[in-house]
Amino acid sequence: MKPRAILLLTTLLIAGTASLHAADATGLGVPKSVEAGSAFTITTGAASKAVLYIVSPAQILRRDVEPGASVLIDAGDIHNAGHYLALLVGPSSTEKAEFDVVAAGQTASVSFLAKPSRLPVNLPEGISGVAYVFDAYQNLVLNPAPVSFQLSDAGGATQTRSAATRNGVAWVKMNSAPKAGAAQFQVSAGSVANKRVVQQVPGDPCNLKMTARRSGQRVVLETEPVRDCSGNAVSDGTIVTFTQTYQGRSEATVDVPLKRDVARTELPAREGSVISVATGVVMGNEIRLGDVR
Amino acid sequence: MKASLRVLGNFLLLAGCILATLILTGFQEPAVQVDPDSGGPRNLEAQTRAAVVRDYLQAWKSMNGALQENRADLLDASFVGIAKEKLTDTVREQQALGLKTNYRDLSHNLKIVFYSPEGLSVQLLDTVQYEVQVIDHDRVQATQHLSTRYVAVLTPTEVRWKVRVFQAQPESLTGQRSGQ
Repeated sequence: MKPRAILLLTTLLIAGTASLHAADATGLGVPKSVEAGSAFTITTGAASKAVLYIVSPAQILRRDVEPGASVLIDAGDIHNAGHYLALLVGPSSTEKAEFDVVAAGQTASVSFLAKPSRLPVNLPEGISGVAYVFDAYQNLVLNPAPVSFQLSDAGGATQTRSAATRNGVAWVKMNSAPKAGAAQFQVSAGSVANKRVVQQVPGDPCNLKMTARRSGQRVVLETEPVRDCSGNAVSDGTIVTFTQTYQGRSEATVDVPLKRDVARTELPAREGSVISVATGVVMGNEIRLGDVR
Repeated sequence: MKASLRVLGNFLLLAGCILATLILTGFQEPAVQVDPDSGGPRNLEAQTRAAVVRDYLQAWKSMNGALQENRADLLDASFVGIAKEKLTDTVREQQALGLKTNYRDLSHNLKIVFYSPEGLSVQLLDTVQYEVQVIDHDRVQATQHLSTRYVAVLTPTEVRWKVRVFQAQPESLTGQRSGQ
């Protein structure tokens, strides 16, 4: 009894886990690999009427098959790349075959991610570009394909990098240009190109210098044009802080936004007071008012 | 003695039936192995990796649910973009043909091969063993065991990573295939 029970259990387990092991596809002739969207023929050795299923998550087809007939898959019928299972189900038998549908060789579109859209000038490897390459049916082109990235700044200078796709993706990191302005970031794969604009803005101020001029009971303070270390004018709106101290005590603090590259303000012309200027982490010069005429 | 053996036999038979039923109904979670990352360029934190793997495996469940029930709305939770459009088309094709398919993933061998510099896309390769069952007008036509390598690209959304590209890699690129 016990061996019989074990045999029963084993049989059940095998039945439960085993898949349908169809006969080898001796009568089902399917190309091992076809290009997405192309026409091809599946030959069958069906002795009687059967149904052909072509199955994958990417696409599914069902065709009635006459005895011995071949099945023509028209151009465009199977256009999604993937691994497909072909099943020929007849009244008494099932034949199966597997085949791949691969992306068409020619690139038809490039999905391009360029980041960031705005960054300071002169930043090494500050800009990244990622390109995914697709065929005409939106299949990722998995065969290596050459991709060219070009970054052209406002001054006309161009950086070019080439990369080959790996599993359909290529990427680069590029330096932002020394000159501020809108840069064109372009990716090209075959005859397809895609473009993004990257705004390169001036960096932090490099140095700061002010001058002072008496005007009655007031003193007029004005900075020289504020520039970054590459000579780009720092963006208008950047705050410059003027501080007046007298005998070590703070008397007045004024925050002034840059307007047309300079910051300008007035403070009381108190003799012996010291006025300093700063923006961000940059300290400018100091002026002692006794010296101002 | 003979009676007790019969009871034991019946018990084993019942246990076998239950086990076989559980296996057939997909009780088992797939075996998952995650290989060390390769490729970069961005360093993938352990927490991010875990989230990507979790959401990708959930995407298989979503896909199976959608193709099993012919309900494209079940894809919303896990797919976006091209992957969602293509799977939605497959659901529509199945509906039109009176077909359903049941994809049961048995094992995944995952490897993250690309994490983009700005952190907006992750690409992984998945050597997956799965069973596909084809049901034509409620009649099971065949069940087939397949092994395929999938390329998936995931992008972050508000609460989870979603699959944007989901495509089997051809045998010519993987050098492997083991349909049984």
